[in-house]
Amino acid sequence: MLDSDPSKRTSPPASVSREATRGRAFPFASFDRFPYWILILLIAGLIAAIVIATNAEYSQIIEILSSGIYYTLYVAFFAYAFALVFGLIAGLMRVSHNPVLYTLGTLYVEVIRGIPLLVQILYFFYVIAPFVADRVPEPYDQFFRSEVNEGILALSIGYGAYLAEVYRAGIEAIPRGQMEAARSLGMSYVQAMQHVILPQAIRIILPPLGNDFVSMLKDSALTSSISVKELTLWTRQRSANTFRPLEHWTIAALLYLTMTLGLSLIVRYIERKYTIPK
Amino acid sequence: MNPVEPIIQIENVHKRFGKVHALNGVSTAVRRGEVLVLIGPSGSGKSTLLRCINGLEHPDSGRVIVDGITVDRRANNINAVRAEVGIVFQQFNLFPHLTALQNITLAQRVIRKRGTAESEKIARALLAKVGIPEKAEAYPAQLSGGQQQRVAIARALAMNPKIMLFDEPTSALDPEMITEVLETMLLLAKEGMTMVVVSHEMGFAKAAANRIVFMAEGAIVEDTTPTQLYTNPREERTKQFLGKILH
Repeated sequence: MLDSDPSKRTSPPASVSREATRGRAFPFASFDRFPYWILILLIAGLIAAIVIATNAEYSQIIEILSSGIYYTLYVAFFAYAFALVFGLIAGLMRVSHNPVLYTLGTLYVEVIRGIPLLVQILYFFYVIAPFVADRVPEPYDQFFRSEVNEGILALSIGYGAYLAEVYRAGIEAIPRGQMEAARSLGMSYVQAMQHVILPQAIRIILPPLGNDFVSMLKDSALTSSISVKELTLWTRQRSANTFRPLEHWTIAALLYLTMTLGLSLIVRYIERKYTIPK
Repeated sequence: MNPVEPIIQIENVHKRFGKVHALNGVSTAVRRGEVLVLIGPSGSGKSTLLRCINGLEHPDSGRVIVDGITVDRRANNINAVRAEVGIVFQQFNLFPHLTALQNITLAQRVIRKRGTAESEKIARALLAKVGIPEKAEAYPAQLSGGQQQRVAIARALAMNPKIMLFDEPTSALDPEMITEVLETMLLLAKEGMTMVVVSHEMGFAKAAANRIVFMAEGAIVEDTTPTQLYTNPREERTKQFLGKILH
């Protein structure tokens, strides 16, 4: 903060390590720091791709299971989008000085986090969704009779509780002086949150948010229990019908891995893009 | 409003933090255009008093009236007061995710409803005034402490405050940066800004202050002119304190 020489401070420290290694023949400090895992994955992926491409049976399995990928991504994407909203609301309630809001937010977080996600999904499917659907006027009740929507809502409510704690941690990590400075300029609590606290908090919590998105993609497999036609359900049905579990589950695992690794790369890119200059 | 009437009135203010009696019946007033310097040992209540003026702290009893408005917990009221009272903190409290320029334009756009062009024009003029027009696009972490504090002053000035509060504005700065911040404050004082400054910088007090108030244990011990206080303090406690801070 109080560095006496401003010229020394103009280059962000985060990029120093990248700067220092750029242009060298071997861009890593030593051989034991080389990310061998990427190399292994690349080689394994290459071998897998060749085997699959040259094998008619594997190619066919991929083609069939691909229809499940659509629902896996669909469910994960929408469930995560809703979870971000639920989590933000609950997280703001958890840091609120209003005892009613704080209590409601805490109840939600503690109750949901104490129940297995699979149980929540089944409970939502068998108990809550039918209850709501019976009391909603037609044609809107159809929304609560679709297993895809039910899966998305159940997952987002469950993840919302986890994300609430992530948001809360991010908000509490911002020094108190930031809120005081914003309020002193005449901003209301809500304006200060919107313009000063949350933009900083969200940058801090981007890594855990990204991790949770990857987790959501994997946990979307749980919606196979309420017959959402996503990748896991397709795999189970096809492997049972064809008596070929090894081939089907291997392909399913590879497809999940490809998606999560791809997402991790995207998340890393976003994190880097939104770093606050230091 | 009557120009002779004080712009800040503090009436018998008490404030406790747990067992600590931070303010113990403080009464004083600040006239328009006056520069008041508050000094006193750590824990004497000077920062708490300052923070009561813009409602960052609320008195347990007593009243603070700023420009005819009583400062209390009611939201409209408090935001109205805060928009008229700028404050500069010891730790600068710039918004690290925004550039210097954006730090100065944010509240103008959100609170004063000024357009982008207008608020940026004002921000650039203020950055020029505090002597760092070339730092508009820099982020706080890329600025020195003295530069950050000057951006913080510009940020407060952009709201066209009637009063400026300074809470130990140079205490977190390296010695060679104190002057640049004090010069900016001196400039404001010369322009007739009403200022309440918590600071032990004797040079500033002598050059700019109309009044200096020495506080100890939550009460005002001595209220006089800087020359009088530094050359001929009346109270024994003032003498002891000055003996410790002046070398």
